[in-house]
Amino acid sequence: MAFEPNIVGFLCNWCSYAGADLAGVSRIQYPTNLRVIRVMCSGRVEPAVVLSILAEGADGVMITGCHIGDCHYIDGNLHAKRKYELTRRLVEKTGLKTGRLRLEWVSAAEGQRFADLVNDFTEQIRELGPSPLSGTTPDLGLLLKVRAAKAAAEGFRLRALVGKEEKTVTDGNVYGEEVTQEEWDKVMTESVETEYSRHRIHIALTEAPGSVKELSEKLGMGSQAVLEHIVALRQLGWVDVQEIRGTSPVYVTMEVPQ
Amino acid sequence: MSEEPRIGVFVCHCGINIGGYVDVPKIVEYSMTLPDVVYAEPNLYTCSSDGLQKIKEAIEKHNLNRVVVASCTPRTHEPLFQGACEEAGLNKYLFEMANIRDQCSWVHMHEPEKATQKAKDLVRMAVAKARLLTPGDEPEIDIHPTGLVIGGGVSGMTAALSLMNQGFKVHLVEKADKLGGALNELGTLFPTNVKAGELLRPLIKGVEESPDIVVHLNSALKEVKGFLGNFEAEIESKEGSERFEVGTVIVATGADYLDPVGLFGYGEVHGVVTQLELEQKMKEGSLGDVKSVVMVQCAGSRIEERPYCSRICCTEAMKNASLLKEEDPDRDIYILYRDLQTYGIEYTEMEWDAKRKGVKLVKYDKARPPVVTRGERGPMVKVWASLLNEELTIEPDLVVLSAPLVPNPDNKTLSQQLKVPLNSDGFFMEAHVKLRPLDFATDGIFVCGTAHSPKEVAESISQAKGAASRAGIPMAKGRVRAAAITAVVDEDRCCGCGICIELCPYNAITKDEMGIARVTSVVCKGCGVCGASCPERAITMRHFTNEQLEAQGLAALGRVVD
Repeated sequence: MAFEPNIVGFLCNWCSYAGADLAGVSRIQYPTNLRVIRVMCSGRVEPAVVLSILAEGADGVMITGCHIGDCHYIDGNLHAKRKYELTRRLVEKTGLKTGRLRLEWVSAAEGQRFADLVNDFTEQIRELGPSPLSGTTPDLGLLLKVRAAKAAAEGFRLRALVGKEEKTVTDGNVYGEEVTQEEWDKVMTESVETEYSRHRIHIALTEAPGSVKELSEKLGMGSQAVLEHIVALRQLGWVDVQEIRGTSPVYVTMEVPQ
Repeated sequence: MSEEPRIGVFVCHCGINIGGYVDVPKIVEYSMTLPDVVYAEPNLYTCSSDGLQKIKEAIEKHNLNRVVVASCTPRTHEPLFQGACEEAGLNKYLFEMANIRDQCSWVHMHEPEKATQKAKDLVRMAVAKARLLTPGDEPEIDIHPTGLVIGGGVSGMTAALSLMNQGFKVHLVEKADKLGGALNELGTLFPTNVKAGELLRPLIKGVEESPDIVVHLNSALKEVKGFLGNFEAEIESKEGSERFEVGTVIVATGADYLDPVGLFGYGEVHGVVTQLELEQKMKEGSLGDVKSVVMVQCAGSRIEERPYCSRICCTEAMKNASLLKEEDPDRDIYILYRDLQTYGIEYTEMEWDAKRKGVKLVKYDKARPPVVTRGERGPMVKVWASLLNEELTIEPDLVVLSAPLVPNPDNKTLSQQLKVPLNSDGFFMEAHVKLRPLDFATDGIFVCGTAHSPKEVAESISQAKGAASRAGIPMAKGRVRAAAITAVVDEDRCCGCGICIELCPYNAITKDEMGIARVTSVVCKGCGVCGASCPERAITMRHFTNEQLEAQGLAALGRVVD
């Protein structure tokens, strides 16, 4: 049987969902692979929710909002773009193809554009093939990575950064200093790397306690980096020493206070 | 809330619109296999009075506490079905729709099997969400029966008088030292050629004499806080500032004329003026001995920098050309145009009238616009007449530029104060061009006149009366209900970082004395951007919770989670 992609779409109520309705009213035909979730605003779509759906084996996730400048909520789509960018960065970390994600703007008048978009994205996903996380035998190594990415997206640091991004890059920081997109991107790159790595370590330790050396081998991460993250995670109270095996401490996860 | 969900699913044939492509009986059968679904039935038309009655009966008979309708789009039919639920005593937020027509049967007409499979998935997703729905309480808002009108031109005064005639008090704020706005500058108005002053006089008199309209001249808005029914405005003038409470706001701040410096010799060649300056000369009788006139249309509009059509200029040129011809039939008058937009019955008649009087129309190309230079005795115009396919050289006494209306420079500040949007041209943008043409998306704020887009006086007056009628609705009711799709802060989790406050486009979130974020639910419009960004995940977006979105996502992938 030919591969039929499972694609989940988040459509904003005011523009793109109306555009999708217009495609229907105009009887414009497109492939049946998209399953739509209506949200009030594309800015509502959290990276963690997208990652969760990818973890469950969606072959593609599409987010559509109003065109820039036309947002029903003035600037919700600008935040959607920032959030999407974080999702893309995290997906890239896991090794899952970023081509499985798409963010587009569709107005209420663009029924044809919506249909074209579904056509195009479905074709793109067909070419990428089934998600390694779909079906009855998902790639478990990749699954752990996507879970780490999801946990990172749920964490304080990345959420706070994305929440601050639009204002800081547009209006400057709280000290009135200008912050360029390039400077901000550098901070994001570092933060995504750190948060993702820490959650990788945390999830690995949830599976089984281990030493720095063991973690370094298991995760393909430099031992110096693992050690630095372990130190940070201990300070956060997320991990602790379980025992000293030979000369190496073995770490274990702690109950993380919610 | 511990009550187990009991879901009823109603699958609509919509005649053959759905039933012709999707196997409705199969969907009904499938629905019954889904968790918590206790009842399912097909309807020929669920939205018919018969269909709505069936929903009500089933709620009672099967003790349903959630209802799912699989039919068309919630954008048009959700309120109707929610109404039926409410009539049967079920909170309207316990209702969910699956769009199996507009986004399924109509777009997969040649693939009935796949369409049926997709419809099953969409019902499964709707049921997955319905299981997690919670009832919503719609807050009631008291409406202060006073309107604030910003702008004292023809639109603002018309709106103010209309509000007054409906029985409301009005604060009218005007930045200049007198009422009248742009009409103070104009001579005569098309299509009737009434003098602008004659139109203004009764309006100004009505406004000034009304005990219910308070006029604030030389004043500007400093701040607006609050929400529909309960805005608190602060205005500033030389005398100081003043605060008052209003229930609704009408934006009628008008537009400006483009100062076409550098275009078609304006400011460089003697004898090049704008239509506005021509009107003023005609009004004062200071035109002098002008034997020939060239008017240049689209002087600064419909170009990359300013892509919109200014709408009034073609008719304005026809009117002024006709008047000049009436004064002296021997005058030579040329109108150089790109496309003539003398729309409607009256304006087409004006165009014909001008042509009958001998006004000459010359079409030019955007790519080869007229060039105005200094000639021997006045301006010299060279224009490539695209219909004649040749270059004409005219040496008129006067070149008149039809410069477009441009957005009021105050728009940006005002849009930020009121949290209402501007379009890419810089004019105020309504909530929906057809469905809500006088409203902003923010409840209780309305727009009219040239603040919205270039338009002529009759249209401004119509729009002003419309905006005043819209503003009058909540004020006449006295109380309105706001949607319960709002953000809720878990105060135990909130760390007081304030990110949500910065993100909220409606100023709906404030910090309380403990530094905890508080949502004013009547102001919240439910976009959910705050919730999606809250670092502590302390904000729940009602009716669109993360759990609901994830459940829909999993259901889309065929997973049913118990």
